[in-house]
Amino acid sequence: MRAGVSPPTAESRAQARARLAGLGFALPAVAWILLFFAAPIVIMAAYSLMPLGPDGRPGPLGLGAYETFFAESAFTAALWNSVVTTVVVVVASTLLAYPFAYGIARLVPKRWRRLALAFAILPFWTSYVVRSYAWLLALSPVGFINHALLGLHVIDHAILFAYNPQATELGFVHFFIMLNALTIYANLVQINPHYAMAARDLGASAWRCFRSITLPLSIPGIAVGAFLTIVLCIGDFVTPQILGGFRGLLLPQVVMMQIQRQLNLPMASVMSLVLTLVVALAYLAMQRWLRMARL
Amino acid sequence: MIGRLRWPGAGTALGALYMALCYGFIFLPVIVLVLFSFQSGDLPAPPFNGPSLRWYQAAFADGRLVDGFTNSLLVGGSSSALSVLLGFFAAYGISRYEFPLKRAIQAIVILPLAVSYLLIGMGLLVSASWLGFSPSLSTVVIGHVVVNMPLAFVICLAQLGEHQRRVEAAARDLGASTFRVLFSITAPMIAPALIAAFCLCFTLSWDETLIALLNTRFDVTLPVVILSLLRGGVSPLTNAAGSFIFLCSILLMVVVELLLLRQRR
Repeated sequence: MRAGVSPPTAESRAQARARLAGLGFALPAVAWILLFFAAPIVIMAAYSLMPLGPDGRPGPLGLGAYETFFAESAFTAALWNSVVTTVVVVVASTLLAYPFAYGIARLVPKRWRRLALAFAILPFWTSYVVRSYAWLLALSPVGFINHALLGLHVIDHAILFAYNPQATELGFVHFFIMLNALTIYANLVQINPHYAMAARDLGASAWRCFRSITLPLSIPGIAVGAFLTIVLCIGDFVTPQILGGFRGLLLPQVVMMQIQRQLNLPMASVMSLVLTLVVALAYLAMQRWLRMARL
Repeated sequence: MIGRLRWPGAGTALGALYMALCYGFIFLPVIVLVLFSFQSGDLPAPPFNGPSLRWYQAAFADGRLVDGFTNSLLVGGSSSALSVLLGFFAAYGISRYEFPLKRAIQAIVILPLAVSYLLIGMGLLVSASWLGFSPSLSTVVIGHVVVNMPLAFVICLAQLGEHQRRVEAAARDLGASTFRVLFSITAPMIAPALIAAFCLCFTLSWDETLIALLNTRFDVTLPVVILSLLRGGVSPLTNAAGSFIFLCSILLMVVVELLLLRQRR
């Protein structure tokens, strides 16, 4: 702009060149995201507006596929199952992970903390598929848990623990305890310990001090963990497919059926977009909650 | 509270017990997995009879598993290299230069971190089908760069501090070109972070199932092979393959840990 008013000086040319260089360095990454992330989602959104008729031929353009989705009770039930499962998993894994992370941050001596944390997330590094499979082994009628319970005479015949929604939730909670313990721990160690010490000096009980100082200050860690849990849990296909079986299908399983059996990409697109919308709504709700918690 | 007054260690003891239970819960499936990979019978369930390396031999002789392993190495290696390269360039541009729309560009680059893999995988599948491409490993590579490059970007951005900036300025004063500075000064100085980012991207790509499942048909990656093995029921073969994957990931993570630790000192 300034160059238009006065003749370009060497300095302004160098500035313009620096600006171009900065853009140039960022450009490949931005182009990759726009080309292979943003554009495909736009194409998918366009696909969702081109529903297939019952005969598998393209029907009229419009919101037909969305109408079919919300009118079909099997689909809305799967959406509901997904939402319920995600809520159960978020609540359970936060409640279980918090004391665990707190224990690592407060009970473990400082020099062992890194090791304690590394051990807590070690099973993270097995493959995701393999982890669900390992739970299937533990839960199967001939598996480890049945074996132990039969041996202790708690039960007199083997029980099938797998292939139901609870098994899916168990598999998810196992994974997300590790994730939430990480985010909550990272937050807990950043809290200035002097606040709690001051409160105790002023006569607050240990519980009062935790409830009024530590817990409110650790809400950001809880929120980050919860959001990651929602994003990763609601879109996952592997865990419900391996542990949940075909009772109480979750939406990603139905998406997969639409692709593999019905060859109905528009309907699969509708379902994926609906799931993304649910995540976006959860994000907005959490932001409001965070803002309220800060007041 | 009253218990606490009588016995001050009660809270600590309860905490320790709870942590032990958590560790037990976290490790249970891994122990079951690794233990029964050494099973010599046909069922990965108690009673344990072994140890035997029979199923490891079977896994290394299994064509599907070996092909899946090779494909996963290819996809992981190329997608991680691309992720680190693009992420490093973007982080360098953002941390070293002032230019318009910087905030917006940063937001765009990290956006994929906030959506589920299902959306990314579906987007690529639908687009490939619309453009008439058949499912292939290269689509999986593209998808893995989309999910991993933001991570590499964030890691590099956190490492590009004032310290390197001064050395870079010195090199530039001595007449080095922009790219010369980038490759002989900046990259070597943050090399541990670059390698750590590569290893992290590789582990995530190596493990990723949904994008790979949606976008491949005949040439598939290792997690997809294992998922299809499960249709035939449980077998110690899957345990052996799973334990081997676990070992590979642990080794990579030890590398990351050592590199980042060395740097902190």
